[in-house]
Order: sequence, then structure tokens, then C-alpha cells
Amino acid sequence: MIDKAKAATATNDDVDFEPQTSSDSETVEGRRQISDAELKSIAEALIFVAEEPIGGESIADLIDVETDAVENAISELVREYDSRNGGLQLREIAGGWQIATRPEHHENVRAYLRSKPSAKLSLASLETLAVIAYKQPITIPEILEIRGVQSPSAIKTLLDKRLIVAKGRKETVGRPMMYGTSKEFLIQFGLKDLSELPSIEDFHDLAGGES
Amino acid sequence: MEDNGTLEATLAPAGAPKPEATVIKVAGGQPEIRPDRDSDQLKIALGEFEGPLDLLLYLIRQNQVNIYDIPIARITDEYLRYLNLMQELDLAVAGDFLVMAAQLIELKSRMLLPRDPLAVDEEEVDPRADLINRLLEHEKFKAAAQMLWSRATVEQAVFTRAEMETDKNNPEVAVGLFDLLTVFQKILARHKEEVLMEIEREEITMAEMIERLRNMVRSAGELNLITFFERAGSRHELVVAFLSVLELVRLHEITLLQRETFGEITARAASPA
Repeated sequence: MIDKAKAATATNDDVDFEPQTSSDSETVEGRRQISDAELKSIAEALIFVAEEPIGGESIADLIDVETDAVENAISELVREYDSRNGGLQLREIAGGWQIATRPEHHENVRAYLRSKPSAKLSLASLETLAVIAYKQPITIPEILEIRGVQSPSAIKTLLDKRLIVAKGRKETVGRPMMYGTSKEFLIQFGLKDLSELPSIEDFHDLAGGES
Repeated sequence: MEDNGTLEATLAPAGAPKPEATVIKVAGGQPEIRPDRDSDQLKIALGEFEGPLDLLLYLIRQNQVNIYDIPIARITDEYLRYLNLMQELDLAVAGDFLVMAAQLIELKSRMLLPRDPLAVDEEEVDPRADLINRLLEHEKFKAAAQMLWSRATVEQAVFTRAEMETDKNNPEVAVGLFDLLTVFQKILARHKEEVLMEIEREEITMAEMIERLRNMVRSAGELNLITFFERAGSRHELVVAFLSVLELVRLHEITLLQRETFGEITARAASPA
């Protein structure tokens, strides 16, 4: 790989044109140049092995190329995955990229993994989560006020499941802890980032319209 | 879970549950009323209860009234009736519900008060406005929760590759090759030591031990047995040493002397008989 990279190195300054034999001289202005095909294949390999969704920037840093080039390569990969119509999808989630099965295969995949859908959150937890997701950062008293209940047990459940995390303290009397959603939240709900959540006002028609 | 969050679930009237295994579905929760076989009483099994706002929303839907123009008196009555039902059924009514009941009653009385004839119409605020806003807000979040629920359902159908056996997700074997080598070397070294000890043990035979005892007795003239036994390096040697003492005594080569009760025992060459 390194040899290829060397060969592909476009030397646009006054560096000697001969392939360098010293180990660390194949950078041009701090960036290596790799062919698109190779970049695509490296990115795919890294996305595959990454335990968590991996960002284009991380990949770019790792192989020392421009982030834009990586992003382009990944977009091309996504097109390939989509056009192939295979069992896998390459998707953006929680600020990174991930290779995952397509949902339509879930029955067979589950049969193989012998897994059952894991216990879902209770409605109380989901509502609390919704409040936190849309109002973050938010303190526990504020959450309880909106929900009209006094028990913080749903909040504890969410903390235990690492769907929410502490996000500093509110500069007010008592400096109460504020909470917000975590990366785990994005992953479990299949979100690229928080902006992908539909606007809370969009629920208005749903809410008020049917009387 | 399917019915949770949907407000249009078909509902038996809260005040008049049918006696035969009627299932009452309340917005969010799924309380279930079952006839108790041993008595005429009904038992209620509550699903997850979602709080007073849910109950209110449920009653508003149930009575098909406009959320922007809630007939407070009617809804308050319904609400209180429901609370009574819960109490009759020995349900612990959470404090939240009582707080809401108090708020509703207060609202009801304010609605009954004649309007201040001097107040300018535009400045008049509907006393229900705050409650309506909270209900609308609550409904939005219920809808948002529903959305999250569907997203989670889809996500649960998506799988990523199985975890790889990396150091990170397998802390129990979070060691590198060199850690393993180090441990293995230690084990080898320990094993070597053990082997050495075994050889030593085998070196001392009964005959050798007897010979050693003979020499020590001969050279010292009189040998404290403690000194002799202390030379033994292992349990095995100790046993052999003890046996050799017995053997030499039996052969009348040595005699044992104890000068006082429980005192130290010394061995000396037996005087030829």
C-alpha cells in the first residue's frame, strides 16, 4: 500500500521525482495522495472493522488524506451499496458511517443470531426521552413539570441505558444538573444527528388537530 | 406496547367497566379489569400509568370535546370519578393525580365566577390557557415518543457485524502476545523450581539419611535431635529423618536420652552391648 501510495504521489513541489526510499517522505503538503478506487476500498474496510460509526474525518486522519476526498469516496460507496441492492447498507449514523444489514432481513438475521428484539423502553421512558431530546439541556424538575409527574424513575432508566448523559449544571439556584441525549441515543434510534429529529412543532397537527 | 401512545384506542367507559374480563385501555397504560374468581369483586391490573395529563387527555378524547375549549366542569367530574374508581379498586393513587384534581377544581371554580365586568375583553385570559398549553405540549411529546418508538423498532431490525475479539470488548483476555509470554516464562520458571525440589527429595534416600545421622552423631558425640531434624529441607526429608532415627535406635546403633520430661532429646552412639 505504501509503495502504491508513493507511486501515486503527485509531486507538485521541488521534491526529487524518484520514488523515495526513506520511510516517511511520501507526503505532499502533509497529505498523501491515493487513487479514488483505493481510497474507497480503504474506507470500506475501516468502516467495516470500526466498532462504532466512524467519521470521514477519522478515516482521513488515519490514512492522511483530505476529508473531502474520503467523504466523496464514501458517497460513491453508498451509491454502490444502494445500486447493488444487497443485504447490507452503508449508512450515516451518530455522526459516522456504519455497515449494517437491511431491516427487511431482520427475521432471518434474528433466526441465525437466535436473538429476540430486546426489551423496548416503556412509554413513560420514551416520553421522557422525547422531552429530553427536544428540550435539551434540561433539568430533572423541568422534565417532570412538562410530563406532569413527580417520579424521576424514567430518567434513571434512561441514564442506566446510557441514552442520556449529564450536560453540565444550570447556572441557577442550586445549580441543578442538566441532561441531554447521548451518542448511544443517536445509534439506537438510527439518527445521523439531532437535527434529523422532526421538529417538535410538526407534531402540532397530530396533537391538536383531532378533536 | 402496540396500543401505547395511541389515543384512539377503543375504550370501555371508565366509570362503568363491564364485569366480564373487560380490558380497559387508558392512554399509555393498559390497566386490565378482571373479575376475581373467589369473590364478586373486580380486580384491576394496571399497566404503566402515565400520569394525570394522560388521564386528562384520555378523558378529553373519550368525551370527544375540543381540547381548545375544554368543558372544565364536565371533565373535572369525569376526572374525579376516575380517581374514585381507582381508590375503590384499592389502587394507590399517585400524588400527581391528586395535584391535578386540585388544579381542576380550582379551574372549575374560576370558570364559574362571573367575569369582571370592568375588565377589558382583550386582556382577559382564559383560565384554562395554561392547562391547555400543557396538554398540547404533552400531546406533542406523546407523538414524539411514538416517533421514537417506531424509529427504535426499525433500528432493532438492523444489525451490524458481530463484535470482534478485540482487546477492548474482551477485557478478560486484554493482553498482548508479550504479556502472555511473560506469564508463560514465569510459569516455566516456577515449574523448574518445583522440578529441582523433587530431584532433591529423591536424592535423600533412607540409606543416605541414616548415613548422615551416623556421621553427625559420630562427629558430635552427642546430637540434639532438633538440630538433626532442622536440617531436613522438606516434609519428605523430615519423615525420612524421623524414620532413620527409629531405624538406628532399632539397630541399637544410637540411644536416645531425654534428661527431663518434655525436654530436648539427644542421640548418642550406643555403647556396644
